[in-house]
Amino acid sequence: MDACVRRHATRSLHVTARASASPPRGLGLSLTHLLREPRRTVTSPRIRSPIVESHFRSMTVSPEPAVSVDRLVKKYKSTTAVDGISFSLPAGSVTGSLPAGSVTGLLGGNGAGKTTTIAMIMGLVMPTSGRVEVLGAEMPRQRYHVLQRMNFESPYVDMPMRLTVRQNLDVFGRLYGVADIAGRIARLSQELALTEFIDRPTGKLSSGQKTRVSLAKALLNEPDLLLLDEPTASLDPDTADWVRSHLERYRREHAATLLLASHNMAEVERLCDRVIIMKRGRIEDDDTPARLLTRYGRQNLEDVFLDVARGRVETPAAFAEDRP
Amino acid sequence: MSAPASAGFSAARVFAMVLRYWYVLRSSWPRLMELVYWPMVQMLTWGFLQHYIGQNAGYFARAGGTFIGAVLLWDILFRGQLGFSVSFLEEMWARNLGNLMMSPLRPMEFIAALMVVSVIRLLIGMVPVMLVASGLFGFNLLGLGVALAAFFFNLIFTSWSIGIVVSGLVLRNGLGAESLAWTLMFIFLPLTCVYYPVATLPAVLQYVAWLLPPTYVFEGMRALLIDHVFRTDLMGTALVLNAGLFALSAFVFLKLLDSARRHGSLVQAGE
Repeated sequence: MDACVRRHATRSLHVTARASASPPRGLGLSLTHLLREPRRTVTSPRIRSPIVESHFRSMTVSPEPAVSVDRLVKKYKSTTAVDGISFSLPAGSVTGSLPAGSVTGLLGGNGAGKTTTIAMIMGLVMPTSGRVEVLGAEMPRQRYHVLQRMNFESPYVDMPMRLTVRQNLDVFGRLYGVADIAGRIARLSQELALTEFIDRPTGKLSSGQKTRVSLAKALLNEPDLLLLDEPTASLDPDTADWVRSHLERYRREHAATLLLASHNMAEVERLCDRVIIMKRGRIEDDDTPARLLTRYGRQNLEDVFLDVARGRVETPAAFAEDRP
Repeated sequence: MSAPASAGFSAARVFAMVLRYWYVLRSSWPRLMELVYWPMVQMLTWGFLQHYIGQNAGYFARAGGTFIGAVLLWDILFRGQLGFSVSFLEEMWARNLGNLMMSPLRPMEFIAALMVVSVIRLLIGMVPVMLVASGLFGFNLLGLGVALAAFFFNLIFTSWSIGIVVSGLVLRNGLGAESLAWTLMFIFLPLTCVYYPVATLPAVLQYVAWLLPPTYVFEGMRALLIDHVFRTDLMGTALVLNAGLFALSAFVFLKLLDSARRHGSLVQAGE
């Protein structure tokens, strides 16, 4: 399948899955059900070609979304960090010839609510109201049912500095119940080029090396859902590109669902099939990068981001057209 | 690929955490030195004081080793709690708490690992000190036999309870509360009558003292060293109080963890 069709197919999958923020509990998320759901976002099924439709019919979609966020609110005293957001990310277990997995970007300025949203998805923060489900488990109440199937990476969380890379990965491998930890560490060392410093204390590594180690920790348990908070922050362009390539490969090979918070618009454009833009705790826009560029009449996501952040385009023409 | 999510408590995850702290201890000789240093200073100071008083006062001469015994038992209580709390603080200092809270590690497994590590740290610190106490002052703590086991178990039990509460407070309030790890236990020093009989306290404070499990241990130690009687009744009461205190502290920890989730403290701690 050519890249264009593959991209459209992936987009369409996200459109339908997103529309079903709250699927009936205990029922499979059938494609028919998804297509019947009223659209709540700006995308249109017009982009789905007949070729893509036929591919949809040949797919098997996992019974529950990877992430389902429904009317989620988080208030801290006088501040509302997240204000009633809803979205859904499809699980990545797709068979057939379509590209597996998905990458969704979560964009927004400082204080937009991205980190709080991710923290609620991880079960680290309890919502004030609303509901978060991850791989069918309600967070944070049922988090121990799914924590072994998810993982995360963030430059704002470190691993113990005095432990060597191997020791750190060994400890986390045991925590995640990884079978054949030594073998998994050896494979990740090869894939992420850790071999050279695998027995060096983590605190003595460069930023780029630490990021690769964090990524190795995040991939130890081969998660179905990977949450990434600025995975390439403070990395040189070469290392950042290297990390992005690895994430693309992981998503493809493991049919994983990735949710990525980033301020790097080029990164988002490259990696993400879908972009959710947040502002003051609310979702301002939610679409594929290509359609966002078209609707806002911009050449790159950075300009789209600035338009949204500064309120320069409140209702783009195409946005209005797409509304049901 | 990970094994399927286990339904309950996992000894493997507890072992993983113990391994993590062991790796840290093994990698840092200053940490190991510190474990021995303060108990040794305490023991030497009080040992020489006891030696001096023993030469000049009949009562203390009869109660050979009371001070050194009290110092060593107090160190079990204090160092046990410190070993627990500092191991927890290591996660905050290393900004690793987010990784742990996001992993399948359960709070009770985390607590169990910290309990094991506190005993390991305590043994590293106390064994050399006990050897020196025996060689220099002729006080053989191991000579207390079964009584020592009862004293040790009750004191370490209390130290875990206090360590759990301190860790919960740090979890909820961040590193601003870390000084509690070094200070909170000292309120027990006068109230649990480490160096003097409970009868020394004013009547009101005696009621408070008898609510605290370590009081029974220090009274029991004096009964053993002075009157040569092992008071099983004191140890039994201490055990019951300790069980209640431990359950209460675990409950408080879980409540503080819930509160931390509501207030977003876990995310801030990770950053």
